[in-house]
Amino acid sequence: MGKDRNTNQGPLSRRQFLGIGAGAGASMLLAACGGGSSTPPSAGGGGGGGGQFGEGKDYTGPNVSLAFWNGFTGGDGPFMRKLVDQFNGEHQNIKVSMNVLQWADFYPKVPTAVQSGNGPDIAIMHIDQLATNAARRVIIPVDEVATVLDLQQDDFAPAVWSAGVYKEQRYGLPLDIHPLLFYYNQKDLQKAGLSEAPKDKASFEAALKEMKGKGVENPFWMPSDWPAHLMWWSLIYQFGGEPYTADGSKAQFNSDAGVQALTWMADTNKQGFSPKNVAIDAQAVAFRQGKNALTWDGIWMMNEWAKVKSLDWGAAPVPQIGSQPAVWASSHNFVVTSQAQKDPNKLQAAKAFISYVSDHSIDWAKAGQIAARASVRESPEFQALEVQNIAAQQLDYVKFPPAVPGIGEITAPTFQLAVNEAVLGKKSPKAALDEATTKANELLTANKKKYGG
Amino acid sequence: MTTTDLGGRAAPPAAGPGAGQLRRGRGRLGSGGAQGGGGLVPYLFLAPYLILFGLFVLAPSVYVIWISLHDWDFLLPGKPFVGLQNYLNLFKPGTVTSGPFWQAMTATGKFVLYSVPLLVAIPLAVAVMLNQKFPGRNFFRAAFFAPYVLGVAVIGILWRFLLDPNIGLVNHMLDRIGIDTNVPWTTQTPWVWAALVGPTVWWTLGFNTVIYLAGLQDIPKELYEAAKVDGASRWQQFRNVTLPGLRPVLVFVITITILASANVFGQPYLITQGRPGFETRSAIMYIGQEGLREFRMGNAAAMSFLLTLVLMLISVANFLVFRERRER
Repeated sequence: MGKDRNTNQGPLSRRQFLGIGAGAGASMLLAACGGGSSTPPSAGGGGGGGGQFGEGKDYTGPNVSLAFWNGFTGGDGPFMRKLVDQFNGEHQNIKVSMNVLQWADFYPKVPTAVQSGNGPDIAIMHIDQLATNAARRVIIPVDEVATVLDLQQDDFAPAVWSAGVYKEQRYGLPLDIHPLLFYYNQKDLQKAGLSEAPKDKASFEAALKEMKGKGVENPFWMPSDWPAHLMWWSLIYQFGGEPYTADGSKAQFNSDAGVQALTWMADTNKQGFSPKNVAIDAQAVAFRQGKNALTWDGIWMMNEWAKVKSLDWGAAPVPQIGSQPAVWASSHNFVVTSQAQKDPNKLQAAKAFISYVSDHSIDWAKAGQIAARASVRESPEFQALEVQNIAAQQLDYVKFPPAVPGIGEITAPTFQLAVNEAVLGKKSPKAALDEATTKANELLTANKKKYGG
Repeated sequence: MTTTDLGGRAAPPAAGPGAGQLRRGRGRLGSGGAQGGGGLVPYLFLAPYLILFGLFVLAPSVYVIWISLHDWDFLLPGKPFVGLQNYLNLFKPGTVTSGPFWQAMTATGKFVLYSVPLLVAIPLAVAVMLNQKFPGRNFFRAAFFAPYVLGVAVIGILWRFLLDPNIGLVNHMLDRIGIDTNVPWTTQTPWVWAALVGPTVWWTLGFNTVIYLAGLQDIPKELYEAAKVDGASRWQQFRNVTLPGLRPVLVFVITITILASANVFGQPYLITQGRPGFETRSAIMYIGQEGLREFRMGNAAAMSFLLTLVLMLISVANFLVFRERRER
């Protein structure tokens, strides 16, 4: 959350004011990743089989209306709204009404709204929220939808397809994948005498030195907050570590890889490649103003850069600083709520809607997303989207958090905090990560107890 | 009574007896009502508010206590009763909640400590100034009050960008006048406190000023005249006429300012994001996160109940300290 929001706007309108606020909030409250308890039992979620979603792709029943909620408050909103309008136009017996709210408000609100029956029938959720909402019975299994629509693992990146499964049932149907991306200012790259973006540690650091020598005072602004912890999430995997043990029961942020990753981040600051005290969003504003030459940020930011006419920018895969390639990513998934379950017609209509948008996901990719389906990515239309294609080169090594309930909420008070403290120089990377690890393990234990297991 | 009302402001000589009449008048009205109504009537008059108060304040407050005795997630079928465990955890070092909670309480306490004196003193000075007669007085009254009409989202984002250490206007200006210190307003202590308290004072001082102004206009003019006749200097007039005359207003202002500052949420949420670390995360921020985002409502309820208790104690202490001392 906050992920695909444009937290950085230029001249601020009132609406954007509020938007940024929520983005900032989201940065703190949100969680891109996490760990979790191995197999939390309780709460399996409502009805699996039984053909409740009906046969075939289409809906032929009586008129039905569907409430569809999502958090596309940024430039992505209009793209989704257009798809919804198109769908409504082509389906006389289904009326989808779309409700957009900030992701930061979305996740607290949806469970309450669903329980009271005034919430969404279908919604979009991030991949790290699926297990939590499944365990809390906000959303229901959709294996059957996948079967009926003939959505197959081969058509999706394996990582994103398997991350939607909790307790052997599928809760999310992936719409897109949005990784971090490496953005550069063309002019500064040329100043350093480079014709293409650096790909590894040596060339990346050489480029920084070269740029600094050529008068780019701060070539790589190191954020102290969002999206710094997403950079760290990428780097710990790059240095050969994993934030959580394979079974997701223990945090290991303070492993050698984790400390190396955070040390590298804090050092770019110490070496003067970044100004000190880069507050939230400052690195992105600086990039837009041409003061920051290189930045790692979400793929969704591409539309923000494109708005700035004076900015000559390019995108590349996130460089490999450690021993292997890896990058943080998240994914928007379709979910069906337990509210819709009360009306079989709604379930069948929901299936028709999901099928429609999934089939038209090329139009969604244009909003600054990588389509989740390989068949869409291989289409000439997607091939024509330059930045999306560059981002898609990273798909083989995107790193999602394990599917454990409560995982999204572990990030903010643990490693996001540690990254902040280390980058601001308040604590050493090791000390900050030690504390974060202890805290995360306490939270994992509490979650395990709460969700059972 | 209309004439005496006017008299209070425009014609000083009439104000003394006028004010007396007014008080007596009110007294008659009050006792008359009580006599005529019998037992039920006063409650009927109170009912509209009482119902709202009961429904939206009292009942939820009791419910909060009930929630705080459970491990509560409103969506999960099991809400195990845990007795006072949520409270005990807050007082036991090393639990998941105690560290962050007391850090948040400390942050809130610091904010109260830094902001309340300024929010009590500065508006008083401004009110005294704006109470003088000078050209453009209404303009300045409006100007001081103006920021108060903005929402916290607006002032939060505004100051977050103004005070940004690297791209903010404030540091840019400091740079221009030759102070080359990239002050980390929003990222390092103790600067963050200035970044939170400063905008808060700018934002809300208009409200306290208006209350003070109303209080100042209630102080009978002849008291000042008598003081002048006795040879009191301006400071002595302020000290011996204005301040005692403002006493009830002052108690009110201090109380509501403490409560408002203790409930601070928007400013740290937007300006510092609770950074660095969680050093500026206020109690309300933490409670909201724990309860609404992480769905540990039992913990959150226990914390808000404790916070309420602390605020009630502070308010009572406040009234005790400032209560009217009878000199007999």
